[in-house]
Amino acid sequence: MADQKNARVANSAEPARTITGAASSQKTPPKIVPLIFEESSDKRRGSDLPGGDSSERRAREILGDDLCRSDIEGFPELSEPQVMRHFLRLSQLNFGQALHFYPLGSCTMKYNPVVNDELAGLPGFAAIHPLTPAHLAQGALELMVRMERALAEITGMDAVSLHPAAGAQGELAGLLIVRAWERTRGSVRRKVIIPDTAHGTNPASCSLAGFEVVVARSSKRGYLEAQEIRRLLEGNDVAALMVTNPNTMGIFEPEMPEIAAALHDNGALLYMDGANMNALLGVAKPGHSGADIVHLNLHKTFSTPHGGGGPGSGPIAVKRHLEPFLPAPRIVDRAGRWDFDYDRPHSIGRLRAFHANFAMVVRAYAYILALGRDGLEQASLIAILNANYVRKRLEARYPTASHEPTMHECVLTHDLEEKAKVSTLDIAKRLLDFGIHPPTIYFPLIVHGALMVEPTETESRETIDSFVAAMTQIYEEALSNPETVKTAPHTLALSRVDEVTAARRPILRWTPP
Amino acid sequence: MRFIPHTEAEIAAMLETVGVARLDDLIAHVPRELRDRARIRLDPGRGEPEVVAELAALAAKSRAANGFASFLGAGFYRHYVPAAVRAITARAEFATSYTPYQPEASQGTTQAIFEFQTLITQLTGLEVANASMYDGASAAAEAVLMARRILPQRSIVALPRNLWPDYRATIQTYLSAQKGLELVEVPFDPAAGTTDLAALEALPGDRLLCTLTGYPNGFGAIEPLARIAGIAHRAGALAISATAEALALGLLKAPGAAGADIAVGEGQSFGIAPQFGGPGVGFMAARTAHVRQMPGRLVGQTHDADGRRAFCLTLATREQHIRRERATSNICTNHSLNALAATVYLSLMGRRGLRELAARNVELAHQAADALAAAGIRPRFSAPFFNEFVVALPDAPSAIAKAEERGVLAGVPLGRDYPELGDGLLISVTEMNAQADFVLLRNALAGSR
Repeated sequence: MADQKNARVANSAEPARTITGAASSQKTPPKIVPLIFEESSDKRRGSDLPGGDSSERRAREILGDDLCRSDIEGFPELSEPQVMRHFLRLSQLNFGQALHFYPLGSCTMKYNPVVNDELAGLPGFAAIHPLTPAHLAQGALELMVRMERALAEITGMDAVSLHPAAGAQGELAGLLIVRAWERTRGSVRRKVIIPDTAHGTNPASCSLAGFEVVVARSSKRGYLEAQEIRRLLEGNDVAALMVTNPNTMGIFEPEMPEIAAALHDNGALLYMDGANMNALLGVAKPGHSGADIVHLNLHKTFSTPHGGGGPGSGPIAVKRHLEPFLPAPRIVDRAGRWDFDYDRPHSIGRLRAFHANFAMVVRAYAYILALGRDGLEQASLIAILNANYVRKRLEARYPTASHEPTMHECVLTHDLEEKAKVSTLDIAKRLLDFGIHPPTIYFPLIVHGALMVEPTETESRETIDSFVAAMTQIYEEALSNPETVKTAPHTLALSRVDEVTAARRPILRWTPP
Repeated sequence: MRFIPHTEAEIAAMLETVGVARLDDLIAHVPRELRDRARIRLDPGRGEPEVVAELAALAAKSRAANGFASFLGAGFYRHYVPAAVRAITARAEFATSYTPYQPEASQGTTQAIFEFQTLITQLTGLEVANASMYDGASAAAEAVLMARRILPQRSIVALPRNLWPDYRATIQTYLSAQKGLELVEVPFDPAAGTTDLAALEALPGDRLLCTLTGYPNGFGAIEPLARIAGIAHRAGALAISATAEALALGLLKAPGAAGADIAVGEGQSFGIAPQFGGPGVGFMAARTAHVRQMPGRLVGQTHDADGRRAFCLTLATREQHIRRERATSNICTNHSLNALAATVYLSLMGRRGLRELAARNVELAHQAADALAAAGIRPRFSAPFFNEFVVALPDAPSAIAKAEERGVLAGVPLGRDYPELGDGLLISVTEMNAQADFVLLRNALAGSR
């Protein structure tokens, strides 16, 4: 039985045979920047501490040698200038939104105002311990309350929790709220409908929340039809529909009002994934389209930096009837002072330690203040203009997958696979040679060889024109000289990275030679 | 709007290319009744000086930032953040990049993550670590779910009462929708403050899925992790350790060396300011045999087409964007930039520096405890502790209030989460506390004894 076999491996010191997990010291390939461990030399210091090794002697006396380790084997030792140079050199191997056009679809790589990083670093925000008595942290609490209200206003919802650490955790929170709502109604619906265009986190969150996923097929035109939803609602076992609007085809779901009505008539809830909220600021409020639950990504629409994969922040917004289920504690007004209310008997509980990714909330709140009502609306309209402009300029060579109107992103296709055996991946890698980060590729899954382009509103017309020029040149190149495209990139520190080998024989850490 | 480059003329020209007259025409297909009601009722936008003034005024309202001697810990810790950490994490090349899906344009991020993974394996004494989790609490919950995938026939999760309340609550939430799992609370020894080993032994071993051990635990006490792991292993179960004060791993026996199969924790102590509770950075390490059941991103070493060493995301078939509803987790965005902060921090501290800083924390905490004991305020528990400890005060809430008047944030009262410890005050001491703080603390609390 797998159970027993795994347990035995777990409990023995025997290394697994299939995966070595460690770098071979036999043959070291040439490297761009050495690993920090390879730059280490015994007895170098990057920090000076009072006490030093005399502290260590005393600590060992206090705790006893049994509890202590004698060494941290393999740990590096470097001076501060070496550490700085190492990481600065690494930084130079990265593309970033601040330096490069970065039109990753559904990721909203817009400019991250640098002043917001400074503001998040103010001692009154950064140095506050999370368990500070509430009356000594009133500014932080007030900022959170203001942010909750701003997000409720922007989404047309009634109550907001800033608690979830990222979009996927917001999804989990939202789905657990669906469950809690079901339970209070004495119902046990087991299914959640998810369109075939959805992000992978949606079905994964459903599983984590204990729901069975039912896939709704998009129409040939790239959107959800009410009749498909009505069909899936038969049997009355659906707790909710989880839908991204605009969807990942960049299309505003035209039958949303009818779909919302069908769901509500059936006793199911409408969950809206706000990953694509950047199209909707001042354009349409999810709360007005029947959404019961919405999650937002502050690191997308609200401009907090993506950080190479987080930290983000995934607030959730709900309608009044679901407010009792929001994560606890909630911030409440007690005699003119903000305080935490832990007495929330219907709450789904907490999904992380402490209150929120507060430093991201500070940045996003500063962003909302800076843009204000007109700026937010302008952001969405210009984002939509940029996407439509890309679509129009590239339509001859890279037609969109759908003929429906484009919102803030568009999904492009191409015929280079058939004409020149040049793949979407090849196009993406060649774009790097133009100093452009590729769009999201091979997504949504329903579009063969998709290139999903989200230019965002902070990119100028010139930048988009240069993207159009690069894409055009790559198309011509693919026909005239396909090898150039298929072996790209040619101008970066590295040529194409072999991802297959990485997975076939995983080396997941450095070990001493 | 200063973040939008488009002039009126450019907008007009672009609209002409698209083939419409006005911006509003681009959204003509959005139902009228939605558009008409979509106006955002917030203030007009503001210039940068006004935004700065507004936020600075709010920051100033949080008085705790100024002039208090603080002994707050309980999951997030006050440690010095070297300037080099901020200088690196502020680099736009790191801060404004996305998850490294294109390795050729992300070697800075992928190599730094590979270094982070390596540092975490070295600290935990385990073989494989992922690219980061949100925080220690959600990492602990994910560790339990991972244990369940490794031992799907087993059901009992031994959840110790002395684990941080937020961790317990998070685990409860994550497990609330899982079928066939039983959370069983394991009491603590009322004298020592550590896990009641007899109670742990008494659990039905054939159904035990995993033990979970705070290392140090929620009272700051150092658990006998090796003995707990022994109990788990004799039952054929997995041992999980959870560490909120990651600095302790610089001095304590590595969890893997003590027998833990999965070690998770919160890395906020490694170069990340408290920030009112987040973001920090969660970490997770395990044995190689279990890597395919791990949640989260993993970076692996490979090479480019010309044979140069390279790093890229790997083993993605565990993850949500490939496996969808059958993924090991729903985690996508994690806490990468804070993993970078921890990597820079640990590189600066180094092999001896980290041990010495951990030792310094032990030494200072015991000096503080001694100072309080001299005034008659004694530790509540007898187990050895790292840098925080519980003292007993007859009226902890009023003692805290009085201390506050004297400019001391004396610690975290335990009464809300532990009614049986209504007199308990959890005091955390770090290298940020001066000797003078101990006198302040002693004087502030002595009066209320």
